[in-house]
Amino acid sequence: MTNAPSIHTLSVYVANKPGVLARIAQVFARRGFNIESLVVSPAMDGKFSRMTIGISGNPGMLDQIIKQVSKLIDVLTCRDHTDDEAVVRELALVKIRCGVDRRSEALQVVEHFACKTVDLTDKSMIIMATGDSEKVDAFINMIKMFDVVELVRTGKVLMVRGDQPT
Amino acid sequence: MEGAQALVKCLERQGVEYIWGLSGGAAIPIFDALITTGTKIKLILVRHEQGATHMADGYARATGKPGVVLVTSGPGATNTITGIMTAHMDSVPMIVITGQTITSMLGKDAFQEADVFGLTMPVVKHSYLIKNTQDIPRIVKEAFHIASTGRPGPVLMDIPKDISSGQFSGSLDPEMDLPGYNPHIEINQDHIMGIAEALRKSKRPVILAGHGALISRAFPAIEKLAETLKAPVTTTLLGKGAFNEEPPLALGMLGMHGTAYANKAMVECDLVMSIGSRYDDRIIGQASRFCRDAVRIHIDIDIAEINKMINVHHYCIGDARLVVEELIKHASELDTKEWLTKLNGYKKKYPLKYGKHGGLKMQHVLDELYKMTGGKIIVSTDVGQHQMWAAQFLKTVRPDDWLSSGGAGTMGYGFPAAMGAQWGKPDEQVWAIVGDGGFQMTMCELATACVHKLPVKILVLNNHYLGMVRQWQELFYDDRTSGVDLEGNPDFAKMADCFPGAKGFTLKRPADVRKILKRAMDYNDGPCVINAECEKTDNVFPMIPAGRALEDMIIERPRYKMEKPTGST
Repeated sequence: MTNAPSIHTLSVYVANKPGVLARIAQVFARRGFNIESLVVSPAMDGKFSRMTIGISGNPGMLDQIIKQVSKLIDVLTCRDHTDDEAVVRELALVKIRCGVDRRSEALQVVEHFACKTVDLTDKSMIIMATGDSEKVDAFINMIKMFDVVELVRTGKVLMVRGDQPT
Repeated sequence: MEGAQALVKCLERQGVEYIWGLSGGAAIPIFDALITTGTKIKLILVRHEQGATHMADGYARATGKPGVVLVTSGPGATNTITGIMTAHMDSVPMIVITGQTITSMLGKDAFQEADVFGLTMPVVKHSYLIKNTQDIPRIVKEAFHIASTGRPGPVLMDIPKDISSGQFSGSLDPEMDLPGYNPHIEINQDHIMGIAEALRKSKRPVILAGHGALISRAFPAIEKLAETLKAPVTTTLLGKGAFNEEPPLALGMLGMHGTAYANKAMVECDLVMSIGSRYDDRIIGQASRFCRDAVRIHIDIDIAEINKMINVHHYCIGDARLVVEELIKHASELDTKEWLTKLNGYKKKYPLKYGKHGGLKMQHVLDELYKMTGGKIIVSTDVGQHQMWAAQFLKTVRPDDWLSSGGAGTMGYGFPAAMGAQWGKPDEQVWAIVGDGGFQMTMCELATACVHKLPVKILVLNNHYLGMVRQWQELFYDDRTSGVDLEGNPDFAKMADCFPGAKGFTLKRPADVRKILKRAMDYNDGPCVINAECEKTDNVFPMIPAGRALEDMIIERPRYKMEKPTGST
């Protein structure tokens, strides 16, 4: 067992009932884990929700945390997909201050990272970036050459490749 | 029908006999429904909500049925938290119903509003805030199902007043909706074979029985397994009763204040198999040194317990009784003659003992109580020195006779839990063994016991100290006593006499022990309190200092100064 904090992505399938998120968050908090990212949305069947949770903390404790989350009455499954073959995606919206003089320069960056402009005025631009976390990181690093006014990231969503369940 | 009436009818369908509670504004519709439905469920009005939870807990431990608590919102509800946590730590089935302010006032700091759903979340198995009157029957059914199956635990239902007084129409027996909960576990035969194989190779096995063995009614199976294998059995504090402590294969309780021979068996065994215990810190001491060279096996219903405290070589998930019954099919006698001879030697060399000179000793009182009753009494304890001596000297010879707050270590538990047990088992003699510290936390329930003429015997082992902490301060903190001197104690016997129907006895001289205990046994018109004035500064041994390994057990007070313990509490 090593104690160096590491980052894991858990996919949790839950009954869509009040308090579920609080119960899960408590399992992490009590054991000193930090939630790095969190995406919650209804699953295919509206009775259930899918949570994709990025957490960091002592990996020796992770096994215990997954078991404790799985044990919650409203949780159907909780799986760690850190080492699985999975599609992982994030979405980011970035608002930059950008006049007409630097617009084409900005659009070059947008094109390079296969992003989209979703709002455009004579003074500003909102760019939508999607992809895995590394790509989104790289895009954000690059776009910082402009005056970034606002930045919103969704956090990771994940689906296991092939016919394995997530 | 009102929602509250539907609630009461649903409780009836679950076979509820008693509700322990204390009323208040937000719960009035529910208390009213106990009258208007003409239910046979008996309401026991307590004096403090914590007492209600411990009574429900004691009833549940003595009978195996969930205990039910009904209180009002705000402070009524927060007063139950200690009792809920106590039940949660020890896997006791309990249903807690709390009144709540009307839904439109939720979150607006209404009078006696508290976020009980949020406050109790870490200490319940599950909880509900009921937002629709029509949901009441389904939720009650789910709550009892969750509380009493799998690894049992407390379930809370928070019911706003407009929901309990709202109109209900519908089925009282609807389908449950619990897609994430399935307590049925298929036993893995490969795991059974793995354990059976490990057992076959063992020459020095120890079976460790915990509370799960009692909950699953595994004791006949464990007895059969132990006798088939010729393997000795030790129990945890809460496992007392899972194996009769009298026969030669019994080692008694292990752990921090367990018997020397049980702890020596753990140190020298080549295989340890836990059945329904969670290998908690009071048993294993320093985790990395616990049964280091032995094959470690874990049988538990909760997979989250596997490899939590120690890593094991084999495990099997499932109901303890069913797993042990499977194991018996593959078990045969082991060559343990030498091992049992060795353990017998330890039993002779390191018996539980106490000095016969000087003032009244708690051990002496407990020893006599055991000899007089043959252990055929229900015992409920508080927490501290008296609890450990009771565990040592009051051997438990039948299941469900031993009630103690193990995981939580809740002072004030003993007396109300004894009352709950007395309601559950009216024909049994029930003893609350308490200290002077813990008793004062819930002794207001003497009034409740008097109203119902409960013949609970309360033995106050009074040393005018919070004795266990004083012991630690003496051993590890240069005898600097801090915050442990209970000056100002009342005369508990005189106090008992103030309650109509209760009786007080005073015990001071060692020569009077039998006489006074006999008088208490003969008094059955209500509760009685024996104020036993004991030696003030005796210490509990054997002892494994917190965080140390079982090898480091001390049998008597060492002459040298001891290091401060590194383990938790």
